Amino acid sequence: MQAKKRYLTLFSAGACLILVFCFGGIQVPLARGPGRRDDRGVAGHRPGARWRHFPGSLQPFRRWEQDWSDDPDEHASPRGNRDANSGLYGGKRCRMDSCFNFTLCEKNGFKVYVYPQQKGEKMSESYQNILSSIEGSMFYTPDPGQACLFVLSLDTLDRDQLSPQYVHNLKAKVQSLHQWNGGRNHIIFNLYSGTWPDYTEDLGLDIGLAMLAKASISTENFRPGFDVSIPLFSKEHPRTGGERGYLKHNTIPPYRKYVLVFKGKRYLTGIGSDTRNALYHVHNSEDVVLLTTCKHGKDWQKHKDARCDRDNAEYDKYDYREMLYNSTFCLVPRGRRLGSFRFLEALQAACVPVMLSNGWELPFSEIIDWNTAAVIGDERLLLQVIPSTVRSIHQDKILSLRHQTQFLWEAYFNSVEKIVLTTLEIIQDRVLRHTSRSNLMWNSLPGGLFTLPQYSTYLGDFPFYYAKLGVKPYTKFTAIVHVVSPLVSQSQPVMKLLVAVAKSQYCAQVIVVWNCDKPLPAKHRWPVTSVPVIVIEGENKVISSRFLPYDTIPTDAVLSLDEDTVLSTTEVDFAFTVWLSFPDRIVGYPARSHFWDGSKERWGYTSKWTNDYSMVLTGAAIYHKYYHYLYTTYLPASLKSMVDQMSNCEDILMNFLVSSVSKLPPIKVTQKKQYKETMMGQSSRASRWADPDHFAQRQTCMNKFASWFGTMPLVHSQMRLDPVLFKDQVSILRKKYRDIERL
Amino acid sequence: MYASGKYSSRGPALIPRMKTKHRIYYITLFSVVLLGLIATGMFQFWPHSIESAADWTLDKRSVHDAPLVRLSVSSLIPERGDLSCRMHTCFDVYRCGYNPKNRIKVYIYPLQKFVDELGVPISSTGLSREYNDLLSAISDSDFYTDDVTRACLFIPSIDVLNQNSLRIRETAQALAMLPRWDKGMNHLLFNMLPGGPPDYNTALDVPRDRVLLAGGGFSTWTYRQGYDVSIPVYSPLSADVELPERQPGPRRYFILSSQTAIHREYRAELERLKEENGEALLLLDKCSNLSQGAASARKRCFKGQIYDYPQILQAHWFWEAYFSSMKAIGLTTLQIINDRIYPYAARTYEQWNNPPVVKWSSVNSPLFLPLIPPRAPGFTAVVLTYDRVESLFRVITEISKVPSLAKLLVVWNNQNKSPPEESLWPKIGVPLKVVRTKENKLSNRFFPYDEIETEAVLAIDDDIIMLTSDELQFGYEVWREFPDRLVGYPGRLHLWDHEMGKWKYESEWTNEVSMVLTGAAFYHKYFSYVYTYKMPLDIKNWEYTHMNCEDIAMNFLVANITGKAPIKVTPRKKFKCPECTAIDGLSLDQTHMVERSECINKFASVFGTMPLKVVEHRADPVLYKDDFPEKLKSFPNIGSL
Repeated sequence: MQAKKRYLTLFSAGACLILVFCFGGIQVPLARGPGRRDDRGVAGHRPGARWRHFPGSLQPFRRWEQDWSDDPDEHASPRGNRDANSGLYGGKRCRMDSCFNFTLCEKNGFKVYVYPQQKGEKMSESYQNILSSIEGSMFYTPDPGQACLFVLSLDTLDRDQLSPQYVHNLKAKVQSLHQWNGGRNHIIFNLYSGTWPDYTEDLGLDIGLAMLAKASISTENFRPGFDVSIPLFSKEHPRTGGERGYLKHNTIPPYRKYVLVFKGKRYLTGIGSDTRNALYHVHNSEDVVLLTTCKHGKDWQKHKDARCDRDNAEYDKYDYREMLYNSTFCLVPRGRRLGSFRFLEALQAACVPVMLSNGWELPFSEIIDWNTAAVIGDERLLLQVIPSTVRSIHQDKILSLRHQTQFLWEAYFNSVEKIVLTTLEIIQDRVLRHTSRSNLMWNSLPGGLFTLPQYSTYLGDFPFYYAKLGVKPYTKFTAIVHVVSPLVSQSQPVMKLLVAVAKSQYCAQVIVVWNCDKPLPAKHRWPVTSVPVIVIEGENKVISSRFLPYDTIPTDAVLSLDEDTVLSTTEVDFAFTVWLSFPDRIVGYPARSHFWDGSKERWGYTSKWTNDYSMVLTGAAIYHKYYHYLYTTYLPASLKSMVDQMSNCEDILMNFLVSSVSKLPPIKVTQKKQYKETMMGQSSRASRWADPDHFAQRQTCMNKFASWFGTMPLVHSQMRLDPVLFKDQVSILRKKYRDIERL
Repeated sequence: MYASGKYSSRGPALIPRMKTKHRIYYITLFSVVLLGLIATGMFQFWPHSIESAADWTLDKRSVHDAPLVRLSVSSLIPERGDLSCRMHTCFDVYRCGYNPKNRIKVYIYPLQKFVDELGVPISSTGLSREYNDLLSAISDSDFYTDDVTRACLFIPSIDVLNQNSLRIRETAQALAMLPRWDKGMNHLLFNMLPGGPPDYNTALDVPRDRVLLAGGGFSTWTYRQGYDVSIPVYSPLSADVELPERQPGPRRYFILSSQTAIHREYRAELERLKEENGEALLLLDKCSNLSQGAASARKRCFKGQIYDYPQILQAHWFWEAYFSSMKAIGLTTLQIINDRIYPYAARTYEQWNNPPVVKWSSVNSPLFLPLIPPRAPGFTAVVLTYDRVESLFRVITEISKVPSLAKLLVVWNNQNKSPPEESLWPKIGVPLKVVRTKENKLSNRFFPYDEIETEAVLAIDDDIIMLTSDELQFGYEVWREFPDRLVGYPGRLHLWDHEMGKWKYESEWTNEVSMVLTGAAFYHKYFSYVYTYKMPLDIKNWEYTHMNCEDIAMNFLVANITGKAPIKVTPRKKFKCPECTAIDGLSLDQTHMVERSECINKFASVFGTMPLKVVEHRADPVLYKDDFPEKLKSFPNIGSL
């Protein structure tokens, strides 16, 4: 009986199941159709709600009659609006249009004035570095009447009232400044603001209409296009020069030992504590190592929670530097304030920053496209998204993110000077908007500080972007011959040189820079050539005038020559074809080398034959015209006037400049070493090259230049470039550059 | 444990009680199942019938059939809109979450017709043609979902493109009645004409809580950075006008002003400019003497002369890509929001801004940093071999003398024969590993083996015995200066054959080089990885079936990524024996040469371009051929040929 019942039940249940199955009732779990269908029912979704184009004629959203009947003159006057704006939108709502006086910049360009330092005012080293960076820059003016931007000599970096660096009575001191004018056209640098417990971004002074260049600034307080977000940097951050990026290798696959790391303080309560308190969920002590410690502050023991002891123990097991340099990604979570030192540390270490700091206006966000160098996360999605996102990033993307960290670090962050100059350049770009830098100029090599838009706003005019634009440099060059001795005979070297150079198929024009004390010779005394020869009297007859960016240079390439250089047409042609492949470098004949002289603790210069070289002298070299512009505008007057006074070292300085931009060595072409007659023969003619003082000066130059650049930018190369069949044992007739072999 | 023991002890007593009730129990069970069956049946059939009915009415439906919703006077009005809103404060990112496609899902509310208590509609136009187009474009895009539970972004079907046609208060009330409104969180409104007389606010005046506004004509004070999207004001005129192709060369007018409703202050300034600059400046305004009609919007006048508008303006690809239609505007807006939500998958600046021409011709190598890697890690030599053991051993012995050699990897490509016993291999000072392959493929030499721990790889054939240790070491030094290029010894050239109208392979000694063969070349391990995983399949198959041209393919690949030419190092042209001619036995074969020409043509067609770059230089040591004591030279033994 019981068995029968059981069978019956089983049967009826089975029958039911089959029926259900037939009608499709449990079809869904077995053969899931388009997944949406079953969710609809749950959500009360009405089928057929899919938006579809409504047929038939509808009215347009605006009717012309309406617009045309409108009388524009009845509207408020635009000028009136502008005036009203400047009244309405001050303080927290400042924009350049309403709070900045552009007319101050119109007369003298973008000039920056620094208030004189008052005795007895204490000033942090960091702020001193900021001020001296400005004073050493091309923007500086000592005359407030010429200035367009004003910088306080009162230290505003640390506005944390509990900090020993805090400057008291700043409010009154600022108000009493002569040029203050409600803060208009002033910029205030700040690293820390607010204090425990709420860390508001209050500076403890009324900044009025002044701009803020501030670290850890929040998007709420950030006045777009007006303030500048700067990175938080430490007291030890060097004033100039700065550390290179850590990246030396591109290992493939690009993964490092750890995927994601963090090591820092944990705040148990209060503002900014949530994110760091949650990190332990993601920590796996294998490839994701996120360590926090509660051990900070005086009475941490009082507040400690259940996890503190375990966390602290784990924290002590790992070395921060080791993790930093061996991780693919570095977490940069907010602390009490939005920004932290982790950011710059990660950038330098080529550890791609993973930002977890909601509402932080990232440093120089106005010009840097951070998506190309960092992963910008959302604190709210720490647990759900961060580990999976970071792991899903493709190898190629990791490589390019990593390279971008290095580029940005070296271009804008590795010294106080770069941070300050970047800030000023950003503001200059706003003031001179029609000649501001494009996104590509800021975000690709060599970066905005080396790319001056006053030269040109067309990227193709610079030596850096040919590949990015898919274009080639113009295939002609302009020869610039620097002449210091008078014309005496038709057989003197400069005459031969002019003829040889002008014969080159790539030569567009020859410019003679006449730096000789004698008056200009008559036109007919110059050789007759197929290309125009223009003679320009050197400005003040100083040697730097050979590097002026003359408007009469119609080409991208410049062939720079000394008057006594000996060069054949073939040599010129070959050097130029090589330059076309390396338009951002100096390509030429006379190679020289630098070395570190350990016994004297200084840099040395050598013209001996060596197995490598790091300079190619501008007595016979091709390079991009833009470097003339950089030489003239970027380099400080102090270096240029030193060169002019000695009439020496201008070629070394040019090499320093180009290598600091390209980070690469110049390129020596062919075997040719002696490039002057004076060097070749036993000629006893007085030459500056034979002068021992001349050589000693060059040693001095090396060290002066290195100290201004803050580092030694020159790089050695061990190879030279020869024509493909150079000195090969094949018929000379098969060789395109056969004259090069006849030395 | 104790409790469950107690339970089981009472178990037997329960069974008789069940027995008495089992009939009812089973009946209940049966009826429940049956009821369930009927219910599921209904769920299955009803929606189908409804949906098909909806489909059926589709063509006939019109905006007038939209369900009517009556607003009460007291119905809720949203707050004005919070100027401090940012993505992290006013946007619920959990709704979007992590998804592998990194794409937001957008839901569009069904069309409803809102009227006030008196039956007056909230908008004078209702759904406009443009908003209809916009919503349709979104619903046809990948962003769209019709599932409200999966949506991350909600778009009301209430048309607020033009504030002038709206009743502000009632529109706000209608918004608040949307089922998922939730203070406007994750809702997107499109507005092109904000404000109204006399002060013309620069953002939509409709109270809208936390709505994300895609607005035309924001000022920097009303625009919320990183939250709102600033969009252009679409001109309905552009829909029915064919713009002329842009002519190259200088244009007729230098500056053109075709804006009509300009305040007299601006007009005065423009006219002053016109006086100073004359012909180069063209100031257009409304035409006053035209016969009436809608066409007047399509005309502009200057001193009685009539110009067609907007033809007088010039087209540009930006306009084409992002502004030309409501679809372009709408999808661009969504992509911008998408990029904010998934910033790590965002489109790059170049992707947004480079015209297609530049995108095609520019290069973007991930190895763009000018790095000269340190010498110390050295390089890994990868020798591809089949069965020439004697020659292989000689090559190994020669290479092992190179100071910077870090490791030797032999890729044993012969599946029928095992490599020689370990004891027979030459004894060398660095690790020697043998990898056996599964198939005799030439591309095996380019596999990114885990055993390769250095950046630099020297690919070398098992019969290249002529290269000296100095030549190889020098090659490595040159590679360090050009780590993103192929740096090798046998140089080759591609030429355009004018007679045949196609590319030709050249192995004669020429003055130019555009390829270096991987029979002896240094390259970055990155390119192994790209070759293996990213090379177009077409090329891989070709190279596999022809058993040839893997080296040419590598040259194409590197040049295509970097846009740079390879570097031929040293004069070396003979590699296998001193008596050999420059071209080895295999290459002498005429059919082989023809095949290699075919490879070049094939690869150029697959890449869609000819990426190879021709140069006229090679790299030599600085003191090569110099009259200088040999022992002071770093690389004295640079063989003659």
